[in-house]
Amino acid sequence: MIAGIDIGSRSMELVLLDKNEMVLERKLPTTFDPASQLKIILDGVKADLISATGYGRKLVTEEICGAPCVSLTEIKAYALGISYLFPEARTILDIGGQDTKAISLMKNGKVAKFEMNDRCAAGTGKFLEHLATVFQLPIEEFGNYALGGTEPLTINSMCTVFAETEATSLMAQGKNPRDIALGLHASIVRRTTNMLHRVGLSEPFVFAGGVANNPCVINMLTDALNIKPLVPEGPDMVGALGSALYGKSLTEIS
Amino acid sequence: MSESAYKEMWENLNLDVAAHDGLLEVLGKFYGDIYMSQQGRLQGMEYLDFVLSEVHGLRIKELMDAKAEGKKIIGTFCVFVPEELSLAVEAVQVGLCAGADAGTEAAETVVPRNTCALIKSFIGFKMAKICPYTESCDLIIGETTCDGKKKAYEAFGEMAPMHIMEVPQRKEASDRVLWKSEVLRLKDELEKLTGKTVTAESLKKGIKIVNEKRRALQRLNKLRAAKPTPISGRDVLLINQVSFYDDPIRFTASINDLCDQIDERIAKSEGIVPENTPRLMLSGCPMAVPNWKLPYIIESSGAVVVAEESCIGTRNSRDLVDESGETVEEMIDAICDRYMKIDCACFTPNNERMDNIKELAEEAGVDGVIHYSLMFCQPYTHETFKVEKALAGQDVPMLAIETDYSMEDVEQLKTRVEAFVEMIS
Repeated sequence: MIAGIDIGSRSMELVLLDKNEMVLERKLPTTFDPASQLKIILDGVKADLISATGYGRKLVTEEICGAPCVSLTEIKAYALGISYLFPEARTILDIGGQDTKAISLMKNGKVAKFEMNDRCAAGTGKFLEHLATVFQLPIEEFGNYALGGTEPLTINSMCTVFAETEATSLMAQGKNPRDIALGLHASIVRRTTNMLHRVGLSEPFVFAGGVANNPCVINMLTDALNIKPLVPEGPDMVGALGSALYGKSLTEIS
Repeated sequence: MSESAYKEMWENLNLDVAAHDGLLEVLGKFYGDIYMSQQGRLQGMEYLDFVLSEVHGLRIKELMDAKAEGKKIIGTFCVFVPEELSLAVEAVQVGLCAGADAGTEAAETVVPRNTCALIKSFIGFKMAKICPYTESCDLIIGETTCDGKKKAYEAFGEMAPMHIMEVPQRKEASDRVLWKSEVLRLKDELEKLTGKTVTAESLKKGIKIVNEKRRALQRLNKLRAAKPTPISGRDVLLINQVSFYDDPIRFTASINDLCDQIDERIAKSEGIVPENTPRLMLSGCPMAVPNWKLPYIIESSGAVVVAEESCIGTRNSRDLVDESGETVEEMIDAICDRYMKIDCACFTPNNERMDNIKELAEEAGVDGVIHYSLMFCQPYTHETFKVEKALAGQDVPMLAIETDYSMEDVEQLKTRVEAFVEMIS
């Protein structure tokens, strides 16, 4: 039994693999105390090996988890998870809580090249989450709300704080708030497509990570790239799955 | 690192002693975490630990003693300033402080915010009065290797005695003429400052001393690339950093001793990391003391740095000055030729750098290259694209990093470096 955990900035996910079968999936908010949340998510789990990815990957220690543990980066975890779900996949976009990653894969599923945002959370889940609160909406509804817009208003700034300033100025001008929301989604897509082109976008193209739950980002990405991305079921579980697969590959070697 | 015995000296240098104590404390802790914690270091590194622990103490005392004997102290920021000439007028040449976030706020009152960390740092160190090297200098030599430095020296020149060398931007015959006139202009300036004349004898000696230093570094650079890796990249970086301010003769002897130890290690196939550890080359901007952030991240991510293509690396030691000249004129020409080979990103075009990178990557047998640019460093950030392309042609993967001296992006950098190491493993 192998446990794969993805400890992200906003949420943590657990996938339990028994041979090739996913026997358990769990998800919890990371909160300000990820170590305690880690204990909760692992409650009752008996694993031979725990494999962790995400920002909190180094939190996983034998002491905390009661099992041998290893870690890997989100980039490798997503490559493994996506290659398992879509063996032909050549490009991956992962937009998580505070990072965006574009990854190109070789034919054998190995990472050929990747791009990741540095230091700033511009254009990530955090960006959307922050702006959703400006619209007084839960993050889960923000994408559908924006889809009600017709003409995306231009938001020039990628910086979360400046984008908020721009959005509130537009609101004060009496612009349609749904068009503003649409513009904010468009700014994420602009940044993301640049990143994808830098790693060399080729199909099949898979979009995963928490932001892949947002229908507006998916639509706009499809329009911008002229490619409809494949989105796995439970796109935010891919990191945990890939992590578990990595753990499994290690036990198979030894 | 803090020594009360030096307090009077620091006060005489007009340092802000309280702020300087704070700097030494942070430096000492940083050094302990990054260097002293390493396993299986060579004994010869004790010399460097000592040099570094006395970087603001004993070495400054030596500079003061030299001054008392009537020698002059020349400060520099760049590998373009020929140390041969300083030695020929019996002056001491030292590199100046520029590798830490210090005095940034003060610096931003005289240079724009979007200036690279290195420039902000040397100005910040000066304005905060915490660099005993800068304060010891009788003359500081600047150079026009980028617009940021060129303009920053205008502000810096109001605070310290400066002489600026114009480094050409191309490598045509006319540029060589310009560079020679700049080398001669520096020679005149140094002669005026010290009251000594550059003679064939003194210049020959200067050339010999600096060449010997470069030979020791060349030897080290060759040995470090052995498999298994006999010395950490961090330690080699430190040696290269120290080469800019320690006494050149003592430095050369110590590094040759260290190389003897490395030879023994290699003979016994002893490494500081397992033989299959991914081997990386660092390429790009210089890393002044104590800018050890990226090398530390790399070497705590399961890789080892075995080659350094930077000014604090092979760029400073790759080429020697031809030693066959007999007259001052011939030797000045030899110096000009040697310095015109420097493949700084300030040149256009700068194709030699691509060739040198490819060659070094192959010689050192690296699995990948990490290209390091300081944020807002136009020349190196631009060349990132070319370097990546040149390496792709050789099937060497490259990761581009753009960062500064702050610690705010450490976690993101770790993820990117670890992912790169996973990718090439």
